[in-house]
Amino acid sequence: MILTANSLSCRRGGRLIFRDISFRVASGSALVVTGDNGAGKSSLIAMIAGLLAPAEGDITLRDDQERAPGELIGLMAHRDGLKPALTVQENLSWARRLLGASAMGVGEALEAVGLSHAMDMPVEHLSAGQRRRVSLARLLTCSRPVWLMDEPAGALDQRSIRGLTALMQQHLAGGGVIVAATHQPLGLDNALTLHLAPPSIAAGDEEPFWEDDDCEDELLMGYAPTRAGQ
Amino acid sequence: MTGALAAILQRDIRLALRQGGGAALGLVFFLLIVTMTPLAIGPDPALLARIGPAMLWLAAVLSILLGLDRLFQADVEDGSLQQMRLSSAPLELVVLAKATAHWLVTGLPLVIAAPVYGLLLALSPAAMLAVTITLLVGTPALVFIGATGAALTAGMRRGGLLLAILSLPLMTPVLIFGVSATMSALDGLTPFRTPLLVLAALSLFSLVVGCAASAAALRAND
Repeated sequence: MILTANSLSCRRGGRLIFRDISFRVASGSALVVTGDNGAGKSSLIAMIAGLLAPAEGDITLRDDQERAPGELIGLMAHRDGLKPALTVQENLSWARRLLGASAMGVGEALEAVGLSHAMDMPVEHLSAGQRRRVSLARLLTCSRPVWLMDEPAGALDQRSIRGLTALMQQHLAGGGVIVAATHQPLGLDNALTLHLAPPSIAAGDEEPFWEDDDCEDELLMGYAPTRAGQ
Repeated sequence: MTGALAAILQRDIRLALRQGGGAALGLVFFLLIVTMTPLAIGPDPALLARIGPAMLWLAAVLSILLGLDRLFQADVEDGSLQQMRLSSAPLELVVLAKATAHWLVTGLPLVIAAPVYGLLLALSPAAMLAVTITLLVGTPALVFIGATGAALTAGMRRGGLLLAILSLPLMTPVLIFGVSATMSALDGLTPFRTPLLVLAALSLFSLVVGCAASAAALRAND
């Protein structure tokens, strides 16, 4: 399986977020997308998932088994996609029916993320980190070989991050593809890194006036486009 | 693909029943409007029987509007819509499954309750039957028109009022033909079949157009 992107540009609300991004990821390897807040990591993930149309360029996903691209992508997005009123088990069984079931059952997937005790708990009683792990269990239990992960390590403790890395490694070993947008180093073998920078910096203009990583998102998002317009 | 759609339909029905607020809330709201009518207009049975079908229809329109604002908004907020968009089913059919589930938990109970509530408005058995049949045929149109409004306002924090303002004018033809069909049971002069067929046509039309328009609105939301 090969995921290819050709000179992608992203424009949101008339603003240029990034441009000319190309990459190629084959079965068994991962692409780690890094970049500041607002650099377009989530937009890139949404584009690969087919939820957002690229302003320019194209994305192709070729599968040896000739499954349709719509049956290949599993998404662990910023929003977990879990219904608070339903139990963990109900949420995951629903996802299996919606996206297709993998060989790994719901119970087994929950055990892999260390949440077998929470199987019959409503999702609203879970913490943010636990929901993140349920979301990871969904990737395990659905038959989607391409994992798109937006901040997979967000809200996770150190032990869970190690578990996450191990599961991602296992997925790659089984011939899967991973695209992960992250701030934290995940320590994956066989991973390419793509750093998204605001278009002006990529083009070699002056350094940005902000250095502080804790800057407000809005400020950074507002920054890149004005530069791009020049 | 059928499996995915059945899963969406069943999940939405289960959510509506579990969270309450869905079916029961609409029915109670419907009952409140109907009971307030004789209090406001006066307990004259002849007058109530005359305006009864129209009141039941108005109450049904408002009750259906009640829960519609959360139809897509909840799924946009918690990210389940993204997951549904990744399924092999096209978004138009996802909308169809969701709107059908919504009709089953809000529209169908209204249809079933209509004859009982008709008693409060001194409706004759013939008028009760006419109201029930027209609601059965016409409420799907209301749900699918409302679904389009719900999809347009899904990304807004307080889209409920805007939804009502967008949808109510489009629901007017449904109301007109629904009420005019029931009038035949009252005066025996107006035909029943013709407005009922128009109502059926409106339901089928809004099913097709509503699903396509809602899907387009949801895509544009992202």
